[in-house]
Amino acid sequence: MEYITPLWPAYPELFLLVMACVILIADLFISDDNRIVTYGLTQATLAGCALLTFFTGNAEPVYTFSGMFVDDLMADALKLLTCVAVITILVYARAYTVARGMFRGEFFALALFATLGMMVMISANHLLTLYLGLELLSLSLYAMVALQRDSVRATEAAMKYFILGALASGMLLYGMSMLYGATGTLEITQLAQLSADGVRAQAVLVFALVFIVAGLGFKLGAVPFHMWVPDVYQGAPTAVTLFIGSAPKFAAFAIVMRLLAQALGAEALVDEWRQMLLIMAVLSLAIGNLTAIMQTNLKRMLAYSTISHMGFLLLGVLSGTIDGYGAGMFYVVVYVLMTLGCFGLILLLTRGGFEAEDLDDYRGLNQRSPWYAFLMLLLMFSMAGIPPTVGFYAKLAVLQAVVQIGMWWVAVIAVVFSLIGAFYYLRIVKLMYFDEPRDDTPLRAGGDVRALLSANGLAVIVLGIAPQPLMVLCIEAVRASI
Amino acid sequence: MMQGLPLLSLAIWVPIVAGVAVLFTGGDRNAQAARVIALIGAVLGFAVTVPLYAGFDLQQGGFQFGELRPWIEAFNINYHLGIDGISLLLILLNSFTTILVVAAAWEVIRTRVAQYMAAFLVLSGLMNGVFSALDAMLFYVFFEATLIPMFIIIGVWGGSNRVYAAMKFFLYTLLGSLLSLVALIVLYNAAGGSFAFFDLYRTPLPMLLQVFVFIAFFMAFAVKVPMWPVHTWLPDAHVEAPTGGSVVLAAVMLKLGGYGFLRLSLPIVPDASQYLAPVVIFLSLVAVVYIGLVALVQADMKKLIAYSSISHMGFVTLGIFLFNAQGVEGAVIQMISHGFVSGALFLCVGVLYDRMHTRQIADYGGVASRMPVFAALFMLFAMANAGLPGTSGFVGEFLVIMGAVKVNFWIAFAAAITLIFGAAYTLWMYKRVMFGAVTNEHVAQLKDINIREFLILGVLALLTLVMGVWPQPFAEVLHVSVSELLAHVSYSKLPVQ
Repeated sequence: MEYITPLWPAYPELFLLVMACVILIADLFISDDNRIVTYGLTQATLAGCALLTFFTGNAEPVYTFSGMFVDDLMADALKLLTCVAVITILVYARAYTVARGMFRGEFFALALFATLGMMVMISANHLLTLYLGLELLSLSLYAMVALQRDSVRATEAAMKYFILGALASGMLLYGMSMLYGATGTLEITQLAQLSADGVRAQAVLVFALVFIVAGLGFKLGAVPFHMWVPDVYQGAPTAVTLFIGSAPKFAAFAIVMRLLAQALGAEALVDEWRQMLLIMAVLSLAIGNLTAIMQTNLKRMLAYSTISHMGFLLLGVLSGTIDGYGAGMFYVVVYVLMTLGCFGLILLLTRGGFEAEDLDDYRGLNQRSPWYAFLMLLLMFSMAGIPPTVGFYAKLAVLQAVVQIGMWWVAVIAVVFSLIGAFYYLRIVKLMYFDEPRDDTPLRAGGDVRALLSANGLAVIVLGIAPQPLMVLCIEAVRASI
Repeated sequence: MMQGLPLLSLAIWVPIVAGVAVLFTGGDRNAQAARVIALIGAVLGFAVTVPLYAGFDLQQGGFQFGELRPWIEAFNINYHLGIDGISLLLILLNSFTTILVVAAAWEVIRTRVAQYMAAFLVLSGLMNGVFSALDAMLFYVFFEATLIPMFIIIGVWGGSNRVYAAMKFFLYTLLGSLLSLVALIVLYNAAGGSFAFFDLYRTPLPMLLQVFVFIAFFMAFAVKVPMWPVHTWLPDAHVEAPTGGSVVLAAVMLKLGGYGFLRLSLPIVPDASQYLAPVVIFLSLVAVVYIGLVALVQADMKKLIAYSSISHMGFVTLGIFLFNAQGVEGAVIQMISHGFVSGALFLCVGVLYDRMHTRQIADYGGVASRMPVFAALFMLFAMANAGLPGTSGFVGEFLVIMGAVKVNFWIAFAAAITLIFGAAYTLWMYKRVMFGAVTNEHVAQLKDINIREFLILGVLALLTLVMGVWPQPFAEVLHVSVSELLAHVSYSKLPVQ
């Protein structure tokens, strides 16, 4: 038994926790006019957290808190990306939240606690730690959705999100408890050991697996556990949708890795969950892409597009190989990059009391602002997976992982549905480029948003021309951690 | 002296960089600057391809001007370029066409000039990439990326039904290429983790897998060529595209399909290609004969030329799948000749459309009396389209028919019918548009072509004639490449039992 616990692997989380409390209190003494101070503090905290993650990073896994917490390469990479994503989100969301009276201390405190939850999830080496992080994230997100308390839609979305989220958490918890029953431990590394050796209560283990996969399906938003996604995406204030749709996917990917690839990664169990993931993946691709075609609301459309992307992500995971996990991680990074850009542009088009949610609001964007239209064009082609944008390589890596294990027919299904998916992404391009604008109000954005959005959009093509570093990072991170 | 320069990379990236530079001229206030930069970019882009021809070694087999750099090491994908005689001609054709397209749009395109020019320049660079890639994934990336600028070109500057045409164009071609993507990944695993053409050419494959891969490739390339019955996107795209779009589409883009057959299908899955050749030949003959008849009844000039394109491209696929030297060389020559002739015909229709804003044959009549210079040039291209000896159109068709006779007389007979149909629909259209009495006052007010239009059409006319009477410079670069290709095809890749 180790009595002295090294704290340094958890420095980023500790720093974030302390600063979140400080900001929560400090904000009480800041007047509405000076709220920008809270904003600055939050961004500085996140930047500091990213730096800490970077400098405490290490290639070999380090366990601490009696093996409840792990700091490995995958955790470092995902935490770093999470911090960067949240910083980006807050920059994009600033004008929007100011205009809607959401630019308050609570928003930032909740964002920080949600980030903390994600980081704990990513670094969890124990089912309790994992659950703790998950609940911290979820509760913060429920509150964020309901932050606009006068909005009926937002309240409804929050209720829906809360109830279904709680149900999912319950399932996950139930699965975990059975896992404990079957193996007698909650620690992920030990679970991996035990399940690989084969436990006596194999049936209980498989039963646990079903609940865990269902719980993860809920959190990812994969069919048939996707019902909350469109309503929450549409109902939540756009800035919060941006939050929900992007950074938490890193954490969701991490717990999928921890639970399925690590804890239950034994050969016999992979065969069990591969079938479940396969059904979820194919259904997500089908329903996500087909339903997205019928949407007229952009947020809702992106919600269904998220569902189909999660299907692709699951395809990478279900291969059960390091390459496949690496492809999944690459996919999730690319997905978050694209989602940030898309919602960033939606937020940019939204001004005053006007929400740019309908597809028709994008008509003739090329004539109003060629640069933003071009960025959106890149993002849409990337979502559709057309080279030379990075979205193509994400799909390529996943398809390769699937073909490698001999499931080429799944790859054929996946590409057929991406063809269908291409249609609704193209429709956005069509609206922006082929149609005449409805109103000619020029788009205004602060310098920070403009720069970040441009970098975000161009990253899609730059990473498309040079995808090698990111791909290697993902594969290495997974290899070093699983 | 040219050895040091990465000429192929220049051929790809000079137009693309020029295209991006054009975008920076901004809105239509600086339209003239955009035009000038675009023209300089296009000329430079062509200039860097000329040393390729000058430095091309006729005796040497394999690929020349090679460049090899690691690109995505995680998947063993390399930035691997190189050309043989077939790619050389297509690269020259592509870079040359770009100049014509930029020049042809000079006064005609008045809205969003910078974006228009940029789209064409980028497209030109990407297509050079397709023709020079020696890594299957690099090939695929360039092949797919060409869809984006073309989609924008048709959709933004096209005619009234442009949205439908652009979507149809994009989704049709995407379907084929996505399936071939899966096929490429399967091949990658079969070859032990390599996308290099050289490795794929060597990998033995069982027959069933070969057939699947062939079908996937066929979906991609047949849609692009386009072959009957997946040709229906082409008339829509052509009719709605602006003149420049039609020219590039017909002159170069369709060749991506033919080139794909030559570079991927034949050498990678030779046994399946031999096995399924009768099917492809049948579909080609349907295109040649049936589509020729369809062209006859068109009332819209652009549609007529579009169908004529499909019919002529049928000759290309026919020639490729005859598997003899005449057939394949004829197919490549036909591709180049079709590039000149169909490009010129679309430009001619563009000249008329700019003045009259109609493409209906019925709205014209007696144009020759008002535009004599134009009529003479148009006549030449019409004759070339009909395959008149002495024009470039004759050489390719003649070679393909010769190749066909060697295989089966009746195939040759069916193919030869096109010479009659081709003459019928082209000359009949010409007669209705150009000859007879002046039918209405719009025609009466027509002005003959200006110096810019004359230069564009004149250069094409010269090339059509030169290629017709002296095809040697075009044919000689092909001999070694084609015989190597045929050696690949005749060599079975079935695993030894």
